[in-house]
Amino acid sequence: MEHYNMNLTLKVWRQKSSKEQGRFETYQVSDISSEMSFLEMIDVLNERLIKEGKDPIAFDHDCREGICGACSMYINGRPHGPWQANTTCQLHMRAYKDGDTIVVEPWRANSFPVIKDLVVDRTAFDRIVQAGGYISVNTGNAVDANAMLIEKDKADAAFAAAACIGCGACVAACKNSSAMLFLSAKVSHLALLPQGEPERKSRVLNMVQQMDKEGFGSCTFTEACEAVCPKEISVTNISRLNKEYIIAGLTEEK
Amino acid sequence: MLNSKIPAGQLDLKWTDYKGHCKLVNPANKRKLEVIIVGTGLAGASAAASLGELGYKVKAFCFQDSPRRAHSIAAQGGINAAKNYQNDGDSVFRLFYDTIKGGDYRAREANVHRLAEVSANIIDQCVAQGVPLAREYGGLLSNRSFGGTQVQRTFYAAGQTGQQLLIGAYQALERQVALGNVTMYTRHEMLDVVLIKDKDKAGNEVGEAKCRGIVVRNLITGELERHFGHAVLLCSGGYGNVFYLSTNAMGSNVTAAWKAHRKGAYFGNPCYTQIHPTCIPVSGDHQSKLTLMSESLRNDGRIWVPKKQGDNRKPNEIPEEERDYYLERRYPAFGNLVPRDVASRAAKERCDAGYGVGSSKQAVYLDYANAIERYGKIECGKLGISNPSAEVIRKHGLDVVKEKYGNLFDMYEKITGENPYEVPMRIYPAVHYTMGGLWVDYELMTTVPGLYALGEANFSDHGANRLGASALMQGLADGYFVIPYTIGNYLADEISTKAISLDHPEFVKTEKDVRDRIEKLMNIKGSQSVESFHKRLGKIMWDKCGMARNEKGLQEAIVEIQQLKKEFWSDVRIPGGISEMNPELDKANRVADFIELGELMCKDALNRKESCGGHFREESQTDEGEAARNDAQFSYVSAWEFKGESDWQLHPEALNFEVAKPTQRSYK
Ligand SMILES: Cc1cc2nc3c(=O)[nH]c(=O)nc-3n(C[C@H](O)[C@H](O)[C@H](O)COP(=O)(O)OP(=O)(O)OC[C@H]3O[C@@H](n4cnc5c(N)ncnc54)[C@H](O)[C@@H]3O)c2cc1C
Ligand code: SF4
Ligand code: FES
Repeated sequence: MEHYNMNLTLKVWRQKSSKEQGRFETYQVSDISSEMSFLEMIDVLNERLIKEGKDPIAFDHDCREGICGACSMYINGRPHGPWQANTTCQLHMRAYKDGDTIVVEPWRANSFPVIKDLVVDRTAFDRIVQAGGYISVNTGNAVDANAMLIEKDKADAAFAAAACIGCGACVAACKNSSAMLFLSAKVSHLALLPQGEPERKSRVLNMVQQMDKEGFGSCTFTEACEAVCPKEISVTNISRLNKEYIIAGLTEEK
Repeated sequence: MLNSKIPAGQLDLKWTDYKGHCKLVNPANKRKLEVIIVGTGLAGASAAASLGELGYKVKAFCFQDSPRRAHSIAAQGGINAAKNYQNDGDSVFRLFYDTIKGGDYRAREANVHRLAEVSANIIDQCVAQGVPLAREYGGLLSNRSFGGTQVQRTFYAAGQTGQQLLIGAYQALERQVALGNVTMYTRHEMLDVVLIKDKDKAGNEVGEAKCRGIVVRNLITGELERHFGHAVLLCSGGYGNVFYLSTNAMGSNVTAAWKAHRKGAYFGNPCYTQIHPTCIPVSGDHQSKLTLMSESLRNDGRIWVPKKQGDNRKPNEIPEEERDYYLERRYPAFGNLVPRDVASRAAKERCDAGYGVGSSKQAVYLDYANAIERYGKIECGKLGISNPSAEVIRKHGLDVVKEKYGNLFDMYEKITGENPYEVPMRIYPAVHYTMGGLWVDYELMTTVPGLYALGEANFSDHGANRLGASALMQGLADGYFVIPYTIGNYLADEISTKAISLDHPEFVKTEKDVRDRIEKLMNIKGSQSVESFHKRLGKIMWDKCGMARNEKGLQEAIVEIQQLKKEFWSDVRIPGGISEMNPELDKANRVADFIELGELMCKDALNRKESCGGHFREESQTDEGEAARNDAQFSYVSAWEFKGESDWQLHPEALNFEVAKPTQRSYK
């Protein structure tokens, strides 16, 4: 792999707080190595801003290895940037060439209000989980783990859905700001496993209700979410969610 | 003086005995008792969920925007448990023994035995919660092996074990939030603990001060808040980021533990650091963190360097007989599966001797060509393909390796731009885990009454070196199965303690101290960024208190750190204001604490004139260059008491080995 350096123009959304209006600021950055990660490039810019006595750009990040779900930049019109199955923190500068202009925005959705610059409030996701995204088993009540056999295919499918990192890119990519991919991943993970069976109906009904309450839009199946999801959560989960929801609705005992 | 409160009696009966006799709190009283939990990683989330279920009123805090993002999420390889599902001779005793030996005989037998005992319950609990651990076609759970052991006892979920376990604990936690038993505070950072003495009937203060609360900063508004708890649990993770570059998340820090230390909690074995052998090497000065390639890769990958120094050929051009599989050569019994400290030092030895690879020469190869061929042949055999071509073998082998390690290989490719299915990965050791932490007794209580430490934040179970897949086990053991019992033993005597007013002078004073320090930091208005200080601290630590340590280097490091501290407090520049979201201020608070911790780590390393586990003193090695312990002088836990700036007193806790008699560790 050949390494190279580049100069770039960045247009970054700056917003002091949720109460103030935001706007784009333009920055020139030079001598960026193709080996840097995207966030390391922002680090370089921030170091400079601090030296110049300016406010550095606030952004969420923590693990920087694509698993915590904290990082969340909308880069040139696409959540997490141009690479497939990738988070912002894993994007590396070899995706760009000298002279490129890069526009960086926060996730845009009414249910994810901006806190500062590129940082948004995603606590709505936690509240959706609180509505039923779990199996009600207290510590100490479990039987031997191998007492229950689970087909490998089912276990693998549950795992694939459980791989969601709760980043919110699906919402940011959707023109309706729908949270269906996120929700369907959790519902699928638990519905596919025998442990999830007892609460299967109430779970899906309560979680959907909470999602609506949080103000996320409805799903018109554009599949934009799947295209940007860093964990390649499939839209077939949304189909499963719809099925679960209908069955639960029809058979619910009030 | 130090009382580790290890129950009397036979090793394998201690925990059962303890549980049978510890004090209980009745349900009506639990509702009146408040518990503060700092941290929502595996340790904190499991504790919060379990204590909430029991009926305590719990408040949990984390600095991320969601409890699900705690650094435990990043654990890849797996979690150990003595289930013996593979029928390969595993048992509670063997897990206990491996852990004690792996820790180079510097951990407490009683704690480690308890850990091994509850390990099996953890897997049961997680599966009941719906954690999708890997399974075989028959529907049973699957296992893999990890370094330092000869049995297969590691449970996993592809390369995302920590994520899946944490999501399980997070969901249990959110369930308790929904039920009103836990109140969750995200984007809050604990900046101090509040200690208050009890009063007798006449209103006179009596006894030792107890931990009764914390002061936190709301990271969105910058406001300081006071919170009361009858007990406080620190589950704030490890301090590997003292080295600046490590596999830890960017926000991982020592602040919570350090503030507790300054208020009287002893710090145990601060110098014990784990340097993980298989990480992606540094690519340049811009590097902000290092990425681990899971130890599970050593199951199937082979590690080598060229036999010729400074060999610049591409790896695929170097013929088999000119490769040095140095781990297999030096340690035939364990080969590529020696414990981490041994593997890391062996890599450093080769690179220092001029055999390193890649442009920096600070790397060795981790090669999968062999495994791909081996698995390919097995698959062809299963499928009944006779005389398969090399191409067919390779295709089937690739499928197997992809299934087992695909996400790790993808991660490698994203970072380096190289395809590890085609060329061997380049790896180098990196700081990964800290065995040291707050000193705790058998009940996980620090030397401050009512203040507990769980998970990586305590020093307890791994001695001088942690075996792979044992941190997840310990975090969940502490949170699900230990603290629910041991905290009752303390809180049973607190049922008549009323919630203390947040206007109590100690709350007011502690908040003022925190505010003063923040204002002091902001008013320095110097010229150097927080990051630049952190980088310099990291370099001192890596060079002089890293993989190999010696007296001269450590003495120099202490002086350099003291100078760095002065410079930091006179020239750091923090932009922005106090009453707003200010990530630079958050970082400054943390780096200031890392600097102080760095000094203590060097002091501890200097004091320990022996090599053990991850602590390698160059003055103390065998003729073959292996770590040489000195049991006669150093068979103790170093518990350090903070006396004042740059001033600590050592309280050794003697280690007694009644069952696992110390021997020189050998993996040959
Ligand atoms: C890349 C990587 C891979 C690993 N793989 C494995 C593996 O395969 N198997 C294994 O057994 N172990 C592994 N480990 C080790 C293991 O993941 C950790 O030791 C363990 O998860 C730590 O859990 P914890 O709950 O103690 O802390 P953490 O998960 O680090 O959680 C710390 C919590 O404390 C909070 N916190 C910290 N400070 C404050 C403060 N001042 N105020 C408020 N909140 C605070 C944080 O917000 C967070 O919620 C790995 C570690 C790394 C870095
Ligand atoms: S479904 Fe994908 S995009 Fe949406 S939150 Fe989960 S990981 Fe992120
Ligand atoms: S910072 Fe954790 S996923 Fe990007």
